[in-house]
Amino acid sequence: MGLRIQHRIFERDNLPVEFSPAIMEKFRQLIARYPEGRQKSALLPILHIAQEESGGHLRVDVMDFVAEMLQVQPVEVYEVATFYTQFRLEKTGKYLIEVCRTAPCAICGGEDILDRICSRLGVQDGETTADGLITVQSVECLGACGSAPVLQVNTEFHENLSLEKVDELLNDLKKNAETEKDGKLKWAEKFC
Amino acid sequence: MGRKILLEKIDIPGINTFDGYRAEGGFSTVERALRSMKPDEVTEEVRISGLRGRGGAGFPTGLKWSFLDRKSNNPRYLVCNADESEPGTFKDRFLMERNPYLLIEGLILSSYALGSNTTFIYVRGEFKYIIGILEKAISETRKKGFLGKDILGTGYSLEIYVHSGAGAYICGEETALLESLEGKRGNPRIKPPFPAVKGLYGCPTVVNNVETLASIVPILAMGGMEYVKIGIGRSTGTKLISACGNINNPGVYEIELGLPVEEFLYSAEYCGGIKNGKELKAVIPGGSSVPVLPASLVCRTASGEPRLMSYESLADGGFATGSMLGSGGFIVFDEDACMVRSTWNLSRFYHHESCGQCSPCREGTGWMEKVLHRIESGHGRQEDIDLLVSIAAKIEGNTICPLGDAAAWPVASAIRHFREEFEFHVNNPALVSNPRHISFAKHSQVHV
Repeated sequence: MGLRIQHRIFERDNLPVEFSPAIMEKFRQLIARYPEGRQKSALLPILHIAQEESGGHLRVDVMDFVAEMLQVQPVEVYEVATFYTQFRLEKTGKYLIEVCRTAPCAICGGEDILDRICSRLGVQDGETTADGLITVQSVECLGACGSAPVLQVNTEFHENLSLEKVDELLNDLKKNAETEKDGKLKWAEKFC
Repeated sequence: MGRKILLEKIDIPGINTFDGYRAEGGFSTVERALRSMKPDEVTEEVRISGLRGRGGAGFPTGLKWSFLDRKSNNPRYLVCNADESEPGTFKDRFLMERNPYLLIEGLILSSYALGSNTTFIYVRGEFKYIIGILEKAISETRKKGFLGKDILGTGYSLEIYVHSGAGAYICGEETALLESLEGKRGNPRIKPPFPAVKGLYGCPTVVNNVETLASIVPILAMGGMEYVKIGIGRSTGTKLISACGNINNPGVYEIELGLPVEEFLYSAEYCGGIKNGKELKAVIPGGSSVPVLPASLVCRTASGEPRLMSYESLADGGFATGSMLGSGGFIVFDEDACMVRSTWNLSRFYHHESCGQCSPCREGTGWMEKVLHRIESGHGRQEDIDLLVSIAAKIEGNTICPLGDAAAWPVASAIRHFREEFEFHVNNPALVSNPRHISFAKHSQVHV
């Protein structure tokens, strides 16, 4: 975690940061949950929504925007964004496939699942396909060991996997992308 | 059939809705407790019940509650730890998904006992859909008047909020969780002061696991004196066990504490034995952090007594020949499993999840991962095995939080019980160079 971004240099792209009025309202509601003066508590939930609204990763400008909104120093947002694995600082594919690699999944074939996905997509663990559609990332325990091996596509669980199921899933994702309908629930809809 | 308390009604259709839950007697303990019991009387029932923390540490819940600084002028908080991230553990997810109102009811009772008017459920970020389920359950409960201002006209007010984590195992440690809830990195705090005195926002706070808080409902329903009769000795009540690995029936089971491990592992009611007719090799009985038990010590203790699913029996023999009940994450390895590879895998997990505050853990977990990978990939040296033992010993007990211990124990115990397998890897580099599908069991056949 801490080592992941050891040599990262933060760069601003100076693109505007804008959230819809509905999302801004969600932010306000989240902040209101915590006692007065403790608005920083809303940082993690807000970053989840901000990340999703910004296309799957957190730009520096977005983090600065969140810092200003929560009246904290930008570095307080950066240090959090770099600590937690779910926050991503680099552009990811439309679909982020996170494959569990921890022991309970590994002894049930989880390593083969990761290999299959990588070889089908022609990418290494951690990389995104050239068309920008899919990012593959091995992750630590997803807490679904009873239905190992498991993976998540944009935090939606897929369990009891087999190589055939993975092939099917990859085909579905490609089809989905063409019709632009993935039907997944957003963070903002889950909260509030 | 074993006794079911938490999962008794889990299969009733509609139990995951407010009306369905209410029709089964749900929230009746809230009505009774808020109307006719003082907060301290609720705490007293919990103390009598002998309930111990179900998150892993097994600390008596009533005692933890009694430490809460009730004289402070600051607000008091209850925080529910739903950051279930221990490899092999998935019981809280099951409970929250299938019977969310049981947790909500437990939270209301516990918040009342502790005097918390704002209670948080900290859910790991990967359980996004669980967050949706809980949000809905809270809003329904609120509509029906069991949450909000002046609940049931008793004058007691409570709001429950769901707070999302973002992928950090360390936030399951209670002080790291509080840091995270305050919007910071999940770096555990030095104790004392304990959260009971200085917790969330510096206020008196109790942090309890999902299963612990759900258990408050049956305890209040039957009374602490009845609950204490379930189970065995100081392991009172029932426990959710999440069973996974190479078994026929992986899943979440509720057991009465004291059930023989042999019955749990082999009976069709529970794990149903080892998958594909294979032999048992090892079990990690309480989540990946606890010591691994070799097959010979799973069903019987070193002294030949039947091993039971209880805090005491699983720990029988100390770390030399025992383990821990932990979080109830029961991971089963069959004869094909490579213990070196599995240990390396878990070391990688702890290295990845170390927060980096304490040098022994930050550096040591990385060293262990590297050395284990070296052995696993056929480049090990004879002295590496003792080097691992030495690193593990130097991490253990030398860190702010128990993650250091949790990283050290699997390595130390794997070498203690499977040393010949590590030596085999060192002595037969050619055989282990493509290790994933060639297990040690098969190596030794080739070798012999």
